[in-house]
Amino acid sequence: MKLYRLFIEALESLNANKLRSMLTVLGIVIGVAAVIAMLSIGRGAEASITSRIESMGTNLIYVTPGSTSESGVQSSAGSAGTLTLDDSEALASLPDVVDVAALTNNMVQVVYQGQNTRTRLVGVTPSYETVGSLTLEDGEFISEDDQNARSLVVVLGNSVAEDLFGSTAGVVGQRVRLNGQPYKVIGVLASKGGTGFMNQDDQVFIPLSTALYRLVGNSQFRGSSVIGQITVKASSTDAIDQVVNEVMLTMRELHGTVEGADDFTVTSQQATLDAATEVADTMTIFLGGIAGISLAVGGIGIMNIMLTTVTERTHEIGLRKAVGAKRQDILLQFLVESVVLSLAGGLIGVALGWSTARLMGQVQFSGSTITPVVGLDSVLLATLFSMAVGLFFGIYPATRAARLQPVEALRYE
Amino acid sequence: MIEVQNLTKIYRLGSVDVPALRGVSFRIERGEVVAIMGQSGSGKSTLMNILGCLDLPTDGQYLLDGKNISGMDEDELAGIRNQKIGFVFQQFNLLPRMTVRRNAELPLTYDGARPEKEIHQRAEDILNAVGLGDRLNHRPTELSGGQQQRVAIARALVNQPDLILADEPTGNLDSHTGADIIKLLLGLNKQSGLTLVIVTHDSSIAAQTQRVIRLRDGIIEDRG
Repeated sequence: MKLYRLFIEALESLNANKLRSMLTVLGIVIGVAAVIAMLSIGRGAEASITSRIESMGTNLIYVTPGSTSESGVQSSAGSAGTLTLDDSEALASLPDVVDVAALTNNMVQVVYQGQNTRTRLVGVTPSYETVGSLTLEDGEFISEDDQNARSLVVVLGNSVAEDLFGSTAGVVGQRVRLNGQPYKVIGVLASKGGTGFMNQDDQVFIPLSTALYRLVGNSQFRGSSVIGQITVKASSTDAIDQVVNEVMLTMRELHGTVEGADDFTVTSQQATLDAATEVADTMTIFLGGIAGISLAVGGIGIMNIMLTTVTERTHEIGLRKAVGAKRQDILLQFLVESVVLSLAGGLIGVALGWSTARLMGQVQFSGSTITPVVGLDSVLLATLFSMAVGLFFGIYPATRAARLQPVEALRYE
Repeated sequence: MIEVQNLTKIYRLGSVDVPALRGVSFRIERGEVVAIMGQSGSGKSTLMNILGCLDLPTDGQYLLDGKNISGMDEDELAGIRNQKIGFVFQQFNLLPRMTVRRNAELPLTYDGARPEKEIHQRAEDILNAVGLGDRLNHRPTELSGGQQQRVAIARALVNQPDLILADEPTGNLDSHTGADIIKLLLGLNKQSGLTLVIVTHDSSIAAQTQRVIRLRDGIIEDRG
């Protein structure tokens, strides 16, 4: 029998039992919708993490004080003041290194008239503008002159300016107090988005020299000023591994340490990105797997209903065989029916899952929204998978139908 | 057309063997009209199933159109039923979900990949011939018993078989309608030389055939 006729007949017989067909389809709809929603939210989370990490700049390598022990647990991070300006200058001369920025990290109270906010204070060298991929909305970034003169100037992060002034316009030229000292605002950064731990907008920048000598204090180590972190920008993504190696070797030479006993840690942005992506991937697979189980349950529903259908239509099967239906004809008839059921469920499920994902995209999770990513691949996957479910769970009932003996089937009432 | 020799069918119920046919032999020539009679339990249904290639004999030989049926597998038998045999049942056995036209088309849809147009045309022609040209898109439940049996006859004829097997074709009809159906079947035999085998209780129907085969307890009682 031609496929087109099989298809028409399947629709007719499903239509004859509307409620039953609908309930069976519902099982698949829920399964597929869950798969689509879970995958898209997982993907969305991954995309948002990736974009936040990338918003800190690209091709970056971070050198921080303190060591990573053998078991991977970082001990006394930042507490050991072993990183100095000399290190930073030494790293700047390495090949494949485009730029190096040194910085200190502290918390600071920023006050403008009655408004005040507590935020991250970053003392930076002027090169940080390019290294950290900073974009100014207004004014300019810290210059070499500011650095040399230890000027009392500050560049505000976007949300800091919003908090203090209520807007980012007209802020340049105003004076704010950092821990009581008066600073002139010379620039406001454009917003990068992001919230919580990785918020790139909630920080203020002052010259590194100003920070060391005027604000947070200057301790010495091996005759050079101690800093909090060195950020190295590699020339390209391909050069990152090479640069990480060179940084390690140079630092070991300067600090006189050997592998395993380092008093510094080198991490690349790529490594952070990989780790975050891996976590997100694992989550996605986990959520998708749970959703997949509900799809399998839907498949069992299909099998159940198909077995009932075969029994109910035993007489019909006998008649069809009497007029010449071969085993394969009967097999295909019932397989097409179960695949039509599961495919209908798959298509409705994709639509429902997609709208669910969109809805969940509106809801805030710990202060931020995740934009769900419904990929064509997950739609294809869900559709094909639901078809496969129909085939798999349809085969047994269809085989039973095909094996019926014509005489006995015709006698069945 | 039909040649059976020493046809035996034994059903096995648990550990007991129940013989339904115990060595039946006869010939039916092409174009003959034959009635098979017998009380219930005489084995006539079993004989009918074997003649219709719905079932295989336990022993003995069945030649249909010179071909030995006994050695065939299920799908080969399905092919023979589709090409050579048309069935008319007591219960009509129409599929209620389908229109009259689709019911009549059914055997053609199991016969290779025929063009849709040809399938439609042939079903329509045959339904016209049995007087149902104006009922093509009705459902079987919307028709009278006589009309339903005509649809079944159209379905039996649509693949141009050599042999029509009618199992109590008037059993569910009143005598007047039943007579019409028998007239239709006999007319087909006269027109196109179809071989016609009718299983019946009704001796008035048997009287209209050329020959009667009477079964009793699985053997042939006498030949008319």
